[in-house]
Amino acid sequence: MQTVFKKTPILTDAVLHYCPGCGHGIVHRLVAEVVDELGIQDRTIAIVPVGCAVFGYKYFNLDSIEAAHGRAPAAATGVKRTNPNNVVFTYQGDGDLASIGTAEIVHAAHRGEKITTIFINNAIYGMTGGQMAPTTLVGQKTTTSPYGRDKDHCGSPIRIAEMLATIEGSAYIERVAVNSPANIVRAKKAIKNAFECQLAGKGFSLVEVLSNCPTNWGMSPVESMEWLEKNMIPYYPLGVKKDITKEV
Amino acid sequence: MAKKLMKGCEAVAEAAIQAGCHYFFGYPITPQNDIPEYMARRLPQVGGCFLQAESEVAAINMVYGAAAAGARCMTSSSSPGISLKQEGMTYLAGAELPCVVVNMVRGGPGLGSIQPSQGDYFQATRGGGHGDYHPIVLAPASVQETVDLMQDAFDLADIYRTPVMILADGIIGQIMEPVEFHEKKETRELPAKDWAATGWSPASNRPRAIVNSLYIEVEELQELNDRLQARYQHIRENESRAELYNTEGAEIIVCAYGTVARICKAAIGLCAKQGVKVGLFRPITAWPFPEKQLAKAMAQDSVKKAIAVEISAGQMLEDVKLTVNGTKPVEFYGKPGSYTPTAEEIAEYIMKSREA
Repeated sequence: MQTVFKKTPILTDAVLHYCPGCGHGIVHRLVAEVVDELGIQDRTIAIVPVGCAVFGYKYFNLDSIEAAHGRAPAAATGVKRTNPNNVVFTYQGDGDLASIGTAEIVHAAHRGEKITTIFINNAIYGMTGGQMAPTTLVGQKTTTSPYGRDKDHCGSPIRIAEMLATIEGSAYIERVAVNSPANIVRAKKAIKNAFECQLAGKGFSLVEVLSNCPTNWGMSPVESMEWLEKNMIPYYPLGVKKDITKEV
Repeated sequence: MAKKLMKGCEAVAEAAIQAGCHYFFGYPITPQNDIPEYMARRLPQVGGCFLQAESEVAAINMVYGAAAAGARCMTSSSSPGISLKQEGMTYLAGAELPCVVVNMVRGGPGLGSIQPSQGDYFQATRGGGHGDYHPIVLAPASVQETVDLMQDAFDLADIYRTPVMILADGIIGQIMEPVEFHEKKETRELPAKDWAATGWSPASNRPRAIVNSLYIEVEELQELNDRLQARYQHIRENESRAELYNTEGAEIIVCAYGTVARICKAAIGLCAKQGVKVGLFRPITAWPFPEKQLAKAMAQDSVKKAIAVEISAGQMLEDVKLTVNGTKPVEFYGKPGSYTPTAEEIAEYIMKSREA
């Protein structure tokens, strides 16, 4: 009998704590599959954030480090500078990366730090119970924007991929989504490109993944995927924002 | 090795490198800039890595990453910058990671001054960040002693898997003194860093490394805290150090650390000229505070009182009082901010205090 699908060995058998329908499970699997396909398990270090993915160290079957809120890129820098042969990635949400950790991510990119960042943008703080994130869309209701995000009061959502693409040290920046099989395939390719960029020593790489949060958006998983397609993708256009890896 | 005239900050940096520290992450702040500058020059020459971080917060988290990867690493700063590092310090303590943090203390609160101070004693010895933890705190009184303590600092960090702080006042950072770098002395036996995150696969002969300070279950967090408290108790019992100078048969014991302790020695000389025997108790470990050594000196019949002298509003004073525990009077002389008292002023206070 031919095996057409199997669990990647780069994920442990621990039961994921994520809510039903959450995109984190998909992205975990994509990252794990890429690590497996590249044959780099024995030298890959996962740096997990504070946020929904805080327990990432239980799931990635890799040496793992849990960093303080927003500081994953700084911790990753310490690891990579100590052992440059390690493949180091951070896995961060939008509160972690786009709010409290902006200095750390901008300067990791600015230094051209040879690390890879997987950035989950679900337009909300998930772990703490659905507060407004810098990425929350205008008009979107959260527990701390109960009347909908008002751009005159708290600004417009921040486009991290575009912002980081302007930085000289960033080598590969792409935005993807995990709301459809086609987009998931594309997301995996982007994650692989980002890891290959690090392996080639080209510089900083980041994949922004538009993901859903059915629980805190107050939707069914299917509704949340549709909402993502209809509301997030128009504001956060998918695609490669920067790629110097093909340059000679 | 011949003696060399060196600035405190540069001597600290060189001593750290000689102690095997090849990874430094820092951010500029006066009066300790000579440390990162020296590291920037020297570390590439020894195959190490100096990196200027975007902030003190980032620098201590880079230390967190490097320590998690098994490196001997350090950062340095001065008071306002050390405040910013407290987040990282508590994570390092919680994740049981070794590192060395140098604080060349300046006046506070707020932006304060760039002159020396001892106002960070509470922050250093009480943990500084959230949660129940202590870094080991070494408080040198000269450039030479700072150099001598660097090897110990890194060894203690590795042995106890804890951050170690060098708590030095800005004078020690900026003064130039003759120093001698001794041939690397026999270091203590260090445990293997088999917990470090260096890359793992099922073929590895160790469990998968998880560097973490999150224990969401009450019982699991209790286990971490019990382990830490047992370790701290062991450190209290085995690692406290103090210098006792002229204390035998003394009438008054002056308690001071760092540069102030040296000034106190001069004050003690001035008192001796007037026929009054004053001794000095100088903690070398600010945490653990050398309670036994002080208690023993204070227990002498000849000793009437203790006087804590600090460039602060009276911080170490509390440890002196806790140790003396009401058995004899404890007084305080000093000012908060950055005023360094002279030997004459201290002697005058001691002599007046006798009459009171």
